[in-house]
Amino acid sequence: MNAAVTDVVPAKAGKRPDGVVGGDNRLARIAFTVVVVLLCAWVLVPIWLLVANTFSTPAEVNAFPKRFLPSFDTESVTFFLGFAGVGSALWNSILVATVTMVLSISIGAPAGYALSRFEFRGKGTFRILVLMTRAFPLPLLALPMAVLFIRVGLDDTVFGLALVHTTLALPFAVLITYSLFSGVPIELEEAAWTLGCTRWQAFRKVILPLVLPGITASAIFAFVVSWNEVFAAAVLTIEHRTLPAFLLQSLDVAPLHLKFAGGTMLVVPALVFIFMVRKYLFAMWGIANR
Amino acid sequence: MPVRTLPYLLLAPATFFLLAFFLYPFALVAWQAIATDEGVLTTQYLSKMAGHWKFDTALSNTFWLVAAVVPIQVALSLLMASLVTSMGRGRDIVLYIWTIPLGISDLAAGLIWLAIFEQTGFLNSLLVGVGVIDQPETFLGYQNKGTIFLAVVLAEIWRATAIMLVILVAGMGLIPKEYDEAAQVFGASRWQRFRRVTLPLLKPSLQTALILRVILAFEVFAVVAALGGTNLPVLMGEVYNRQFELRDGNVAAAFALLILVISLAFTLLIMWALRTPKEARL
Repeated sequence: MNAAVTDVVPAKAGKRPDGVVGGDNRLARIAFTVVVVLLCAWVLVPIWLLVANTFSTPAEVNAFPKRFLPSFDTESVTFFLGFAGVGSALWNSILVATVTMVLSISIGAPAGYALSRFEFRGKGTFRILVLMTRAFPLPLLALPMAVLFIRVGLDDTVFGLALVHTTLALPFAVLITYSLFSGVPIELEEAAWTLGCTRWQAFRKVILPLVLPGITASAIFAFVVSWNEVFAAAVLTIEHRTLPAFLLQSLDVAPLHLKFAGGTMLVVPALVFIFMVRKYLFAMWGIANR
Repeated sequence: MPVRTLPYLLLAPATFFLLAFFLYPFALVAWQAIATDEGVLTTQYLSKMAGHWKFDTALSNTFWLVAAVVPIQVALSLLMASLVTSMGRGRDIVLYIWTIPLGISDLAAGLIWLAIFEQTGFLNSLLVGVGVIDQPETFLGYQNKGTIFLAVVLAEIWRATAIMLVILVAGMGLIPKEYDEAAQVFGASRWQRFRRVTLPLLKPSLQTALILRVILAFEVFAVVAALGGTNLPVLMGEVYNRQFELRDGNVAAAFALLILVISLAFTLLIMWALRTPKEARL
């Protein structure tokens, strides 16, 4: 603390107010912009390279040296889409992600509502249960679930995998909906009650329209969690492989152009989804902190 | 409906789900690792795991990856979060770009960096193009463990810094501007304000971000599979091999138990190291 104070005094005596160091400021602003642009490039260029590979012919993908601008040929994409197993893998991915989305919202949203509207015994315990999921390596759930699913006949099914993916997405759904409902003043609900609405009517007619965009965002988030998941999908499915599981298991044997087209297929929907939920991203994580 | 039972009814599905599909399975996998199918306690699976020739390599590779990736991510995400927070125009588009990797699967990230590092890939094309090397290098061959490791580190940093960034940006948004302004009035430099005002107040967010990130870092799997294949064994990869390729569920469970114990230990360590006294919370 003392060190800070002594450091500070000469600086203050020296170069203030800001106008005096105008030249430094411009330099600082240029450096700032350069760093920001470089970091944007760091994120975007690798994605571009994957996309460039996808829109090159298979011959170009396997040739050397590579061109940084693709020939915008769709042969690799057609090859990928026509490859045995890709169609059903895509379909399974969509199915698993959709079931995950529906399950995690329909189970998570009521819990989020209860957390935001009621004080009751056990509330703290429930929150700890939800937060605990963060400390656990959740994809490992695939191991015991593989054993359980064989027992109940859910092995290698879309629904079985969706159950595991729901465990991954549910904590987010609970915390996000909790923050959404907390953002709606309880007075609105109370007003509806006094005007003769039942609890359910008040919820459906007053609260739901207000939180619907946020709920949609968290549903999309659950979809992406499932769409991207590799480990559990690869362990739990054989015939009904999802796209990530299919790609993982063909890593050793597939030609390069198949891998890159598959990678792009995985990335593109995720990009669109993140764009759609960008407004909620920070609200979600801000509240997930507390 | 009585108001007293309503919250419990609303919580029941989620509670049941987490008990049945989260806590119970983890108990089950721990049990599988230390007991035979007949229910007799045994250490044979654990010793079989520890005795395997790949075990030491997988364990040390995983720890080295975490040690190489996480500190860089902490620094990078802090830098990015500070830049974003002090940005005016263009903030939204920059934030969108920086958070893109958040939506990208680890497998896709591995494939992206494969496009760069494979033998006919973009890095070789660039290096040969500018004349640094004459022949394309096999960066990801079994004789080049160092470059495989480096490629995985880069891919992990590229992919998973965004999750920390989002948490830190949200955390910085919670810090009242007045603190920073007060420090500025007293003449604190940018660095001093960051070091002595922002950072201490950011501790809860940093804690959350670190826990999430470290747990995920110990789960590293698909990036390694895409870039290194079997040349860079890691713990999660061994779980997969045991379970899926070798159908040896008990030893797979032993590996899982190890990852679980490591994850919980690190969670507690981070919670303790970055604890915030109740009076100091915002």
